[in-house]
Amino acid sequence: MKKTLAAVIAFAAAPLLAQSQNPNQDLGEKPPTEGVVVETDDGEGLSGSVSFEGSLEDLGIAIPAFATDREAATPASAGGTGALGVELARIVSNNLRNNGLFKPSGPDGLPRPAYAEITAPNYPTWGARGADMLVQGYVRAQGNGQLAVGCYLYDTKLNTQLARQGWLVAPGDWRRAAHKCADLVFSRLTGESPFFDSRIAYIAETGPKNARIKRLAIMDSDGANHRFITSGRATALTPRYSPDYKKLSYLSYVDGNPRIYVYDIGTGRQTLVTQSHNPTFAPRWSPDGRYLLYSMAVAGNTDIYRVPATGGESTRLTSGPGIDIGGSYSPDGSRIVFESDRSGSQQCYVMNADGSNQRRISFGGGRCATPEWSPRGDQIAFTRIAGDFNIAVMSPTGQNVRVLTRGWQDEAPTWAPNGRIIQFFRSSRGARGEAQLWQVDLTGRNERRLNTPVGASDPAWGPILP
Amino acid sequence: MSTSKLTLMVAAGTLALGACSKKAPEQLPPAPQETPAAGIDQSATPASGPGTQEHFATTVGASNTIVYFDTDQFDIDSEDAGKLQAQGQYFSQYPNITFTIEGHADERGTREYNLALGERRANAAKNYLVSLGIPADRIRTLSYGKERPVALGSDEGSWAQNRRAATVVIN
Repeated sequence: MKKTLAAVIAFAAAPLLAQSQNPNQDLGEKPPTEGVVVETDDGEGLSGSVSFEGSLEDLGIAIPAFATDREAATPASAGGTGALGVELARIVSNNLRNNGLFKPSGPDGLPRPAYAEITAPNYPTWGARGADMLVQGYVRAQGNGQLAVGCYLYDTKLNTQLARQGWLVAPGDWRRAAHKCADLVFSRLTGESPFFDSRIAYIAETGPKNARIKRLAIMDSDGANHRFITSGRATALTPRYSPDYKKLSYLSYVDGNPRIYVYDIGTGRQTLVTQSHNPTFAPRWSPDGRYLLYSMAVAGNTDIYRVPATGGESTRLTSGPGIDIGGSYSPDGSRIVFESDRSGSQQCYVMNADGSNQRRISFGGGRCATPEWSPRGDQIAFTRIAGDFNIAVMSPTGQNVRVLTRGWQDEAPTWAPNGRIIQFFRSSRGARGEAQLWQVDLTGRNERRLNTPVGASDPAWGPILP
Repeated sequence: MSTSKLTLMVAAGTLALGACSKKAPEQLPPAPQETPAAGIDQSATPASGPGTQEHFATTVGASNTIVYFDTDQFDIDSEDAGKLQAQGQYFSQYPNITFTIEGHADERGTREYNLALGERRANAAKNYLVSLGIPADRIRTLSYGKERPVALGSDEGSWAQNRRAATVVIN
């Protein structure tokens, strides 16, 4: 225990040293670098078919506490592995409930299965409780300090196992095992890609409307592991995670001017996206992480540029007197959707990744701003300005516009990794004018607010964690 | 630039002033008609000297330090021109003063677009001052987009006050 504590202190001290070398920066405590989740039990993957036919929210899913082979101390929980098993099940249950598709029960109010039952469920008991599906799991403390977590999905009507998987995680990454389990269940029951094991960068807002402090912050997809990245001394805006989560790009006024910086989470250092005295806005990563798009105003005129993520020479992709800004790559990296007011008002355009073949796609009435290409490639989300500001989606050719939200000012959509849910921020009117993070699914029916410690804007949802 | 040429331009701005009232919201301080093209009010006696914001604002008149724009627009109309001519006269008189034009937008725009729009507005004001003979390297532009409103309401009057380019002397 003593040895572990010493190691923790050494880890905590390192970032402070790095920060003191950059006194002019606005960076707070360095977030931990990414842990590794090792898949241990891919087993037979999918087996059998799901017996349930009907609306998913009518599906009875029981999620009792995860079992443990023996009570063991772990840095992940003061109550040891037994208490951790309850928390793991709670995360899985909350994840499935909060996306609006499911109404799971447990772990509270459910009997706790024994360790031996995890792989051999007591089907009659769960069937009698009205459960159609059963999620069971275990957590074991490994000799090397790691945690082994297993997750099993059973169909209690057919008495069959539908899916199972296991992971080895460091104690500090225990929540990720629960997210992986929720992803396994979600994917198996909906046929959609996973999204829970992911992270969100956003801007935390405090203070009055005319002197608001805006800080870069990050959190897990369920709001846990929340951290402020900047101190708030300088206004920070519009963050984007690199696809490998190793870097954060965002706008900061830290030198007095609005400029895009790339913050390397591992080294704690940040650099300008381009060496220029001109203001830069709207950072966007390419899907493979090799390039960054940014927008730069030269003599008042804003155009979109591309620069290698490792630095080097920028390539200008748009020109002309209008404001061209933003930009979001198609998942295959071949095209970019962006906004421009070259027609006289904000509209959405698509171009090839080299800037060629620029053409307007939005003709649906109103203005089109902040377009974001779905990770699935089939939709583009955007801020639709027609009186109020709403979140809408359309096909990549601008067809089939569907308005998903009805706020007074909803803006800046960002996609879940699976392209089924969109987060955005909603501002309220008046002198308070607070901003909150919200999310909505593609049906437009399941809308909910995300809990954040303070006001929040500019959500940027990263991909599934590597 | 010769003084006579500047005077001529100021006079032209004065003539144009009467035609312009479309942008002034009711909540705004009175338009500067009574101090034509504003000119420099010699009767004002600022406490601090040249190179301070107080000296600048007192000398040109506080209302002449800020120009306002229509929704999504960045053109300098005759009213703006009159204010900028007053500023130009001041900065011609004090050629060692450098200054910043801060561009702003109202809240009814998306955040990134408004940053670009604020930059465009600041540059429109800058370009006009440059056309009056103020060297470009004395003028810094800075966009705050919609992040720094002066009027906090969510109504047309407040938005009109926030769509602005404010000239500030910072040393």
